[in-house]
Amino acid sequence: MYQFNYERPKTLADAEALLGKADDPKILAGGQTLIPTLKQRLAMPSDVIDIGGIKELDFIRAEGDAVMIGAATRHATVATSPDVRKHNPALADLAGWIGDPAVRHMGTLGGSIANNDPAADYPAACLGLDAKIHTTKRLIEADEFFTGMFETALQDGEIIKEVTFPHPEKAAYMKFRNPASRYAMVGVFVSKGPWGVRVAVTGAGQNGVFRVAEMEEALAKSWSPDAVANIKVPAKGINSDLHGSAEYRAHLVTVMAKRAVAAAS
Amino acid sequence: MSGAIAAEGIGQPVRRKEDFRFITGNGHYTDDIARARQTYAYFLRSPHAHARIKSIDTSAAEAAPGVVAVFTGKHVADDGLGGLICGWTVTSKDGTPMKAGAHPVLAFDTVRYVGDHVAMVVAETLADARAAAELIDVDYEALPAAVALSTCQDEKTAQVHTEAPRNTCFEWELGNKAETEAAFAKADRVVKLDLTNNRLIPNAMEPRAAIGEYDKGSGIYTLHTTSQNPHVARLVLSAFVGVAPEHKLRVVAPDVGGGFGSKIFIYAEETACVWAAAKVGRPIKWTGDRSEAFLSDAHGRDHLSHAELALDKDGKFLGLRVKTIANLGAYLSTFSASVPTYLYGTLLSGQYDFPAIYVEVDGVYTHTAPVDAYRGAGRPEATYLVERIVETAARETGIDPAELRRRNFVRTFPHQTPVIMNYDAGDYEASLDAALEAIDYKGFAARKSEAASRGKLRGIGFSSYIEACGLAPSAAVGSLGAGVGLWESAEVRVNPTGNIEVLTGSHSHGQGHETTFAQLVASRLGVPLDSVEIVHGDTDKVQFGMGTYGSRSGAVGMSAIVRALDKIETKAKKIAAHLMEAAVEDIVFENGTFTVQGTDKSLAWAELSLAAYTAHGFPSADIEPGLKEGAFYDPTNFTFPAGCHICEVEIDPDTGITRIVKFVAVDDFGTVINPMIVEGQVHGGIAQGIGQALLEHGVYDPDSGQLVTGSYMDYCMPRADDLPSFTLGFTKTVCPSNPLGMKGCGEAGAIASPPAIINAVTDALGIRDIEMPATPARVWEALQSAAPRAAAE
Amino acid sequence: MSVVAMTVNGKPASADIEPRTLLVQFIREQLGLTGTHVGCDTSQCGACVVHVDGRAVKSCTMLAAQAEGAEVLTIEGLAANGDLHPVQKAFREHHGLQCGFCTPGMIMTAVDLIRRKPELDEETVREELEGNICRCTGYHNIVKAILAASQEMR
Repeated sequence: MYQFNYERPKTLADAEALLGKADDPKILAGGQTLIPTLKQRLAMPSDVIDIGGIKELDFIRAEGDAVMIGAATRHATVATSPDVRKHNPALADLAGWIGDPAVRHMGTLGGSIANNDPAADYPAACLGLDAKIHTTKRLIEADEFFTGMFETALQDGEIIKEVTFPHPEKAAYMKFRNPASRYAMVGVFVSKGPWGVRVAVTGAGQNGVFRVAEMEEALAKSWSPDAVANIKVPAKGINSDLHGSAEYRAHLVTVMAKRAVAAAS
Repeated sequence: MSGAIAAEGIGQPVRRKEDFRFITGNGHYTDDIARARQTYAYFLRSPHAHARIKSIDTSAAEAAPGVVAVFTGKHVADDGLGGLICGWTVTSKDGTPMKAGAHPVLAFDTVRYVGDHVAMVVAETLADARAAAELIDVDYEALPAAVALSTCQDEKTAQVHTEAPRNTCFEWELGNKAETEAAFAKADRVVKLDLTNNRLIPNAMEPRAAIGEYDKGSGIYTLHTTSQNPHVARLVLSAFVGVAPEHKLRVVAPDVGGGFGSKIFIYAEETACVWAAAKVGRPIKWTGDRSEAFLSDAHGRDHLSHAELALDKDGKFLGLRVKTIANLGAYLSTFSASVPTYLYGTLLSGQYDFPAIYVEVDGVYTHTAPVDAYRGAGRPEATYLVERIVETAARETGIDPAELRRRNFVRTFPHQTPVIMNYDAGDYEASLDAALEAIDYKGFAARKSEAASRGKLRGIGFSSYIEACGLAPSAAVGSLGAGVGLWESAEVRVNPTGNIEVLTGSHSHGQGHETTFAQLVASRLGVPLDSVEIVHGDTDKVQFGMGTYGSRSGAVGMSAIVRALDKIETKAKKIAAHLMEAAVEDIVFENGTFTVQGTDKSLAWAELSLAAYTAHGFPSADIEPGLKEGAFYDPTNFTFPAGCHICEVEIDPDTGITRIVKFVAVDDFGTVINPMIVEGQVHGGIAQGIGQALLEHGVYDPDSGQLVTGSYMDYCMPRADDLPSFTLGFTKTVCPSNPLGMKGCGEAGAIASPPAIINAVTDALGIRDIEMPATPARVWEALQSAAPRAAAE
Repeated sequence: MSVVAMTVNGKPASADIEPRTLLVQFIREQLGLTGTHVGCDTSQCGACVVHVDGRAVKSCTMLAAQAEGAEVLTIEGLAANGDLHPVQKAFREHHGLQCGFCTPGMIMTAVDLIRRKPELDEETVREELEGNICRCTGYHNIVKAILAASQEMR
């Protein structure tokens, strides 16, 4: 790791102020991605602003027809939250499948989506549930938030405060894990709710999470595994490496979508 | 024997003595050791698979904060330090010795694999050393690389060493070519198979580490290192590399966190640390991180083979011929030449009565990390080839795979194979029968159709393996090219108070020697287990030893202890006879007590041990004071563990995921000292075999020579949820070649299991072959290409 | 450099360290508690697992500064008053370790697992060990040990 200054603000306002002052700051939430990156000397921030101790960012609130989750809420907290489990079991399941137990004790919702790793799970939930991402500056629709591999709509100095997940009528997440890294090689989140039907795919796309319109249309007509069984996403734009060809991953999108719909029925 | 002592004796599942320190965090691994004023080393490694070093400028690094010194290949050469060696010389079929390229400790003018050692930075902290390494300016001229095994012998491919044209280090043969050709000429059927034995990266969980120290007053160097054989390391570092004379070099291998072969070898890092300790006048510590382990630990396996099996009309095997290309990597490692030759070709007879075998092996260089012994070393590759082609023959002849094996088993012993080995004992049918019973072979068809009703493909696969361990008679290995003898040493020191220290040349890094060796000593001497301490891993304590690999510590290391105990008993009886005024022939030693036969005179163990050191009134001509004896034991033969593993898999055709639904292993290890520990060895071996068959693959980019699987992000380590619980069974034929009748158990699981798994996968898929590892992607792709064919049929 | 203070195994611990110091470095190098190991550099092997405020975390993927004020428990602190923890006992009884290098992380993970899920079955144990790699045991006896300990602790 290169040297950096470390700050652990207690409030969001302090965090914003520190971010504004620093040359080239990085926000540390749970650190489960940032710290490995720093260890490999792939990043050289001047300042690391640790928002993991900001209490106002660590909460889960069920209000009306949505669950609000603070950005610094740990995956394990989401996975075991009675509110999330009750209103949005697919989201609780997804959080409980991220990384491993120790990673889930540290990793946070905000950290995951701000990083937008193409193999991360939460982006699929955000996109698949028409989530609203509230930042220190504005509200961003999930559809607008994820802009490409490791790219988001976040601007410099903008911190995610919370994410609003509306309750789905039906939803499920199915993940095919990369055998080595255990990240999502293909993860498919399907849902039905006030927003209609959504099918969001993570892990597979070269540009990160994406929606499959053809599957959404088919499921809107008939919510059944058979409805998506014959819909193939094109292999173009799908990752290909030693763990599997683009064709294989594209095929897995269909298989996982089918299984997710079955699980959500 | 008292109940308590009997419960600790041979054959008992005694809980391990070493566990307390490990479960409480009190182990002492190399990186746990801190020396006063120690510095930290970081190695700058080659980013290129092949490049000429035009120049190295270390000035900025030397001026960086905290830097103590920077060393390059030039310093090493100027100091006259020798290169790293291969301790086994293989002779090609034309009679020429293998073509060994120089293996400098730090690269001099050429780098030959990604991760090759270019410079060592020594600094006050690891962070300082690492930061400074980034300031070293190396001007490389990148050169084309020889990476793919299939093309590395082409004329146009880049050369790794000028000494070895066409990158060929040796062209070795074994067996009788003419007899084999004749056998094929009269065959009713010839089964052919091309096989890949995938490259593996060992991944002991403790990364390699070293601390080099130099004491100016005495001129003694001390090296703490993660070694399976500290004495061999000392010998190589003194006699060949020339770091220090042997008596001025102490090598200590403290607690070592797994080895699996990868810590047998003498590497550049520990060599550089101990050498440079004298230059900087301070201890130098190096601890590899996992990324460095991937790049620079010696890898395993990596063969391409073509095999042909000749059968008569009844399915009797007439002959086997094999051509193998074995990857040696960029440099010969400590024992690498022996692995694809004498540890491989000699096992190609399997459990079968083959009239003729002929094998050719080309050992080739590539611009990749050195390849050397990894759990099983040569025998997994042989077993994979034999058991895959036998299973294929069963399918092609329509003979049940169990039946085809039965028809060809060796049934009388000793049995001389066409490939050197002389099998001394075994009962292959017994382990096959026990395994068939345990897996419920008869019920397989019903299970397969039940699985099909759930949309799953179920398959079953066999592996009737044999291996050779207990390495090995010194005369035998010497005649085959080994530069060392493979005996083992032991010294038994009885203290005046009766407790015992046993010094052994074996080294435990997970195998539980502190328990099993103590069980042997305690039961033999009739003393409590707690009164026996096993001492190993320090050249200052143990005079010499050959270390632990090749499942040799039981059969060879414990045999040496038996010999030393024999001498202890002889001398103790002499003392007892003197003290009790009786004839030596009348002394009976049982349950830790010496008695005079036919009398009530007796002497307890502790009374005798004390008397041995008080030595009052010993007839000085007959009895020396003290009770300490040593022995060097040289085995008379290899040992031949054998058995049968059967695997049943279920494949999800939608995803290609293979699930092992049942894995049965029935092994014959001869005498077992501690069944709990032996079972643990089998579990671990099978897990590594499942890793090879389904998960693990060391992959280099064929053009750039970059290691693609350089971390756990891409190299698939077996996790708990990849594996089933295993069903184990044991049969027993006592090994006649050592005093305890032991055969060795450390590698059998890794040797036997891969063909059982791939036989099951190919059975489930209805295909002839699938390359290891049979990943979900490969299985799915196999199904895609099989599907149109099936539809067309 | 800045002073970081926490409680480790029930005792106050503090040191003046660089901000980039990892928790595992603080534990091993500052406190000399070398039972916590480092087996990889990609946060996957779990040899470094300790408890921070009662929850299992990978100490190689956490800055020491993040643990400011926290209660940290390492393998050395698990045997309260010298009595082995039931999980430690079970690992010995069921031969759940060989070389011992992954063992501290395995045990700390298992203790956390049993706290979170007292009712365990084999499949759950295997899934929960996703973040802990053992190269020696094939996990067979680790799984057995954890199941036995969870029974014992009910």
